[in-house]
Amino acid sequence: MSSSGESAVAPWSPVATWVVRGLGIAAAVALAATVWLGLWVTPPDQVQHNLVRLVYVHPPIAWVALYLAFGVAAVSSALWLWPRTRSRFWDRLAASAVEVGTVFTALTLVTGSIWGRPTWGLWWTWDARLTSTALLLVLLLGYLAVRRVPADPDSRARRCAVVALVAAVDVPIVHFSVDWWHTLHQGATVLNANLSPTIHGSMAWTLLLGFVAFTLLFAWMLAIRYRVEVLSEHVQDTELDVALHERWAEGTDPVPAEPGGALV
Amino acid sequence: MWRDTVLVAGKDLRIELRSRVVMHQVVPVAVLMLVLFAFALGPDRAPMAQAAPGLFWVAVLFASVLAVQRSFALEAPDGARDGLRLSGLDPAGVFLGKTAAVALQLVVLEVVLTAGVVVLYGSHVRSYGSIVVAALAGTAGLAAAGTLYGALAAGLRVRETLLPFLFLPVAAPVLLAGTRAWQAALGLGAGNVGSAGDPWVRLLLVFAAVYLALGVVIFGPLQEAS
Repeated sequence: MSSSGESAVAPWSPVATWVVRGLGIAAAVALAATVWLGLWVTPPDQVQHNLVRLVYVHPPIAWVALYLAFGVAAVSSALWLWPRTRSRFWDRLAASAVEVGTVFTALTLVTGSIWGRPTWGLWWTWDARLTSTALLLVLLLGYLAVRRVPADPDSRARRCAVVALVAAVDVPIVHFSVDWWHTLHQGATVLNANLSPTIHGSMAWTLLLGFVAFTLLFAWMLAIRYRVEVLSEHVQDTELDVALHERWAEGTDPVPAEPGGALV
Repeated sequence: MWRDTVLVAGKDLRIELRSRVVMHQVVPVAVLMLVLFAFALGPDRAPMAQAAPGLFWVAVLFASVLAVQRSFALEAPDGARDGLRLSGLDPAGVFLGKTAAVALQLVVLEVVLTAGVVVLYGSHVRSYGSIVVAALAGTAGLAAAGTLYGALAAGLRVRETLLPFLFLPVAAPVLLAGTRAWQAALGLGAGNVGSAGDPWVRLLLVFAAVYLALGVVIFGPLQEAS
């Protein structure tokens, strides 16, 4: 049951398996190279000293979270809702993108906070970008909450696709409102002074490599998460059957010999 | 579509007129919130008057969750939701009708709350025109987004907890923009009515238009899911 069942579930072709493996290896190599370049090769900044090394981590993570993950989730939700392109693939892809995106959005906030504490002296400030990222995280958590509500796959997919689209529509509104909220009430902040450091030479290349590395990592995590989704659907489909067969098998077994064991 | 809108809105409002759940339960809760805010901010009137616009919109936001829940609780028993789907009414009409009914109830609630803010917090309204425009635009947006999420959560066992979790972050721009528009209209903050209030009212209008349009398009498929 176990060995044959596992081999029966193939989320993708053998070629794709190798592609995903290659993605994982490429992501690992690129990340290792980013770490090496970021920590040892590039020079410290004149103003921020060693803190500037966060620039190789924080913006790439934010790019993955706010553009890649959210974009994939919104587009695949729309493609699911469109009757001509409707397939389980888009639903699984959207769910995977949201889940991976939630991790990256949380990491964006955490790395930003770690950077903010020494440079601005604050863990958190009600800055426009921070506030809209935090709201985005709550929207993503809302999607995951809807995902967990038990329902048949089709209506769950429909509900999730609607949540993703409605949230996607909200993102620009949140962005503008929070932007105005901030700019109408305060002038320039420390953020503006520090967020556009002049970058050149090895730092620029390392930053570029960071973007590539985290994009590869996102693609690999997305593929793995997709595979988990397929497997967990398979488990849900077969769970009852397996349990029934196990129960029947118990009935055919000889009665346990320990005295009083059946009564306890 | 418009005929169906009037029919559904009429049905919801007639039920409300006979049951008075929103009038007798949701509106008092909203007024109670104003009193609780006063406890939180102390007996001094100055901080309350300063925070009045924000407190008003927070009360409206939470009350709109209750109003939306009520709006969909109406159709929970006796398979009324399926009946509504079987009736052959245009889904867009159903959406607009329910939105209009929720919005009308919220407008009544806001009138009571405005009186409460003036009496309890001692706010002075500088410009009636702009608070009315801001309130109407904000209410339309809240009702539309709320109805969309209400339909999504309807029929689920976790609907009471799921609705605020999904709806409140999406409605955050309304709280922001409504508060800023009201601050200008009540003569608080730096800006005066003409300069600072306008972009916020425009934002409220955009929010309402976006969610009304989205609801008209998406309500049909959404009804099939529940």
